[in-house]
Amino acid sequence: MDLLDPLLLARWQFGLTTLYHFLFVPLTLGMALTVAIFQTAWFRTGNAKWLHLTRFFGKIFLINFAMGVVTGIVQEFQFGMNWSAYSRFVGDVFGAPLAFEGLMAFFFEATFIGLWIFGWDKLPRALHLASIWIATIGAWFSAYFILAANAFMQNPVGYQMAEDGSRAEMTDFLAVLTNPVAVAALPHTLFAAFMMTAGVIISVSAWHLLRRRNVEMMRSSLRYGLWGMIVAFAGVAISGDQLGLVMVATQPMKMAAAEAMFNSACGADASFSIFTLGTPDGSSELFSIRIPYLLSFLSTHTLDGCVEGINDLNMQYTAELFPQFADQLDGNFAPILWVTYWSFRWMIGLGGVAALTAVVGLWLTRKKARREVPAWAWKLAIWAWPASLFAILVGWIFTEMGRQPWIVFGLMLTEDGVSPSVPGWTVLISLVAFTLIYAILAVVEVGLIVKTAQKGPDPLPGPDDPDAGDVPLDQTPTTVY
Amino acid sequence: MDLAYLWFFIVGFLFVGYFVLDGFDFGVGMSLPFLGKDDIGRRQIINTIGPVWDLNETWVIVAGACLFAAFPEWYATLFSGFYLPLLLILLALIARGVSFEYRHQRDSLRWKRGFDTMIVVGSAVPALLWGVAVANIVQGVPLDADHEFTGSLLTLLNPYGLLGGLTTLLLFFTHGVYFVALKTDGQVAADARRLAGRAGLLTVVVAAAFLVWTVGMAFGEGRDLALVTAVLAAVAAVLLIASWISNARGREGWAFGFGAFTIVTAVLAVWFALFPYVMPSTTDPAGALTIENASSTDYTLTIMSWAALVFLPLVLAYQGWTYWVFRKRISRTRIERAAATAH
Repeated sequence: MDLLDPLLLARWQFGLTTLYHFLFVPLTLGMALTVAIFQTAWFRTGNAKWLHLTRFFGKIFLINFAMGVVTGIVQEFQFGMNWSAYSRFVGDVFGAPLAFEGLMAFFFEATFIGLWIFGWDKLPRALHLASIWIATIGAWFSAYFILAANAFMQNPVGYQMAEDGSRAEMTDFLAVLTNPVAVAALPHTLFAAFMMTAGVIISVSAWHLLRRRNVEMMRSSLRYGLWGMIVAFAGVAISGDQLGLVMVATQPMKMAAAEAMFNSACGADASFSIFTLGTPDGSSELFSIRIPYLLSFLSTHTLDGCVEGINDLNMQYTAELFPQFADQLDGNFAPILWVTYWSFRWMIGLGGVAALTAVVGLWLTRKKARREVPAWAWKLAIWAWPASLFAILVGWIFTEMGRQPWIVFGLMLTEDGVSPSVPGWTVLISLVAFTLIYAILAVVEVGLIVKTAQKGPDPLPGPDDPDAGDVPLDQTPTTVY
Repeated sequence: MDLAYLWFFIVGFLFVGYFVLDGFDFGVGMSLPFLGKDDIGRRQIINTIGPVWDLNETWVIVAGACLFAAFPEWYATLFSGFYLPLLLILLALIARGVSFEYRHQRDSLRWKRGFDTMIVVGSAVPALLWGVAVANIVQGVPLDADHEFTGSLLTLLNPYGLLGGLTTLLLFFTHGVYFVALKTDGQVAADARRLAGRAGLLTVVVAAAFLVWTVGMAFGEGRDLALVTAVLAAVAAVLLIASWISNARGREGWAFGFGAFTIVTAVLAVWFALFPYVMPSTTDPAGALTIENASSTDYTLTIMSWAALVFLPLVLAYQGWTYWVFRKRISRTRIERAAATAH
């Protein structure tokens, strides 16, 4: 393996910087909504509990948000830096959703977040509340445009090839925006982001409740987190099912790779394996646990449906659909199977476990519960944060690794998208630089979030000392630099 | 293809917006070691841009995205060709952005000092390199027939490029110091006025040299709108001197306003010098990127034009309103009070 291979390095850099960026995105999407809901509860009831929770989770939100912003710029720049051939090829289609994202979503988000942080004593209450809602909706629109751009890579629509074949040209922007992949991926991503946020809230609340700190507030946030987890899981499951159907229709190879299934199968034989041990080279299996019919059901919503295997798809792609790419790939159009197989399972498995845990949590903390919640249950609940984060990350690993070997499905191979003028050592320098700075920041970031989370909300004023400070809490900025 | 010409100026407008807005952010960041005598003073300075640095930085994201969408060829050539300077800018912007958010999180002097350094370096590096990049775009770089950059990092570090970098560094620095003078009170504001007076003189000299060189090059290369460049450069010079005089007379609002329009006219002067190219080639003339051969299709540009037409005025309105909401000076007492309640 050539260590200075620009393609390999550029792919690692994209994977690293994208996953790192995505550590912060879901919490931004979900926590903005949470803060907006808590602040609305305070606005409507006047209960100080909600104000204190707003400000507490608002601080966690902000520490996270800053990292999301600065790592996001890298995303936009590196298409041009590392993937200039790709950028030339798709820019006419792919650039527009990015530009729309900036003009219609990101400007709103950035501006109104600033107004929210520093505007407590400068804006009327209703307008201040509106600013966090505008920022939240801006963040969601942002997610939508990015997903629309990504959907073009998974399932190119709304374009025609230029006469000289040099680039894809947009013919129907509405089709690009209503790409079935984007339409299914948007709710899936947003609900998954809410699951992850619920995981954070459960985790933080459980940590405090285990130590009997801030019990009144943390019980409220815990119940919110548990209900949020269950509702969001339902959304993730339904939208995931839809996304699966779209995937089978548009990228059947990805579904076959999710199951690492070489031969086409129908009905009971189209089974879903929960666990597989294979020979080291992955060519045959030694042991597996399988649920018959399930893959058929997931792929076609019928029990007697047929699912195409990797071998048949390879023959079909080579002979009929993409013969011009067959030589370059030695006739193998499949992604790396152990990555797709296991990321798909970890995504579904952790999501399911998280939802089940939330059900148990609601039962243990119900109003009529006679027993105290045992300490082990709190300790287990603290793991909700890392577990839900891991689930959403492997979900994206599956989506993007499952797209390989294409950078745009059916139109351009990943290996053809890399910048021809950038030498390997240059990419290596940037990969090392990003790895280092991201690693250092990760340590600082985790330390700060954990410290803020453990410090907890400002204590509620007791009956005897109504607001001891000279400036009321709702008149001070969320944070002062 | 007429829309491509419109988009040449919309992208220009977005970069002008970015340089004016993040320009004074950079200057504020760089002024820390000169004006921040103690921690309260440094916090006063940082809080002048607290509510707005993020929205200011967003301008580069929007400018970059619009460049990508409207001129994919330009975006691809520029970003892959200027790889290492852009990498440094990215790393600097990351370090600077997180430092604003992190420095106040711990009450340790060493912790704060570390992030102060990152703010200063993270502001100076982009302030310098954006100028290097823009100057090299106008001057042209070696491009082959496939529009691929064939030079190296050293190609970009030529005298004109470096003078461009020095110009933006000084322009942004002075601009930021005007902003500190405008937005603080007490010792910090007084120091800022003095510092701006001294830095302003140096800025006038360097910026004048750069503008003269740019005008000369535009005529020498026979660029279509060299005359416009000359006029704008002259206006920029007048505005720059006006900002210096305003500062000397203690009118920091006027100084900042003139400073902002200096950047607007100076960047526009450079932008017009580029016309009708977007990236001239110093080697293979066939490699040159022009507004016409680098742009997206009319269909894409039409849709983008509607989006820009509707949203840019809206963006300007609510961002202007934001600045109005936070129009008050950051007083020393306000920071002292916040410091007392936080810890």
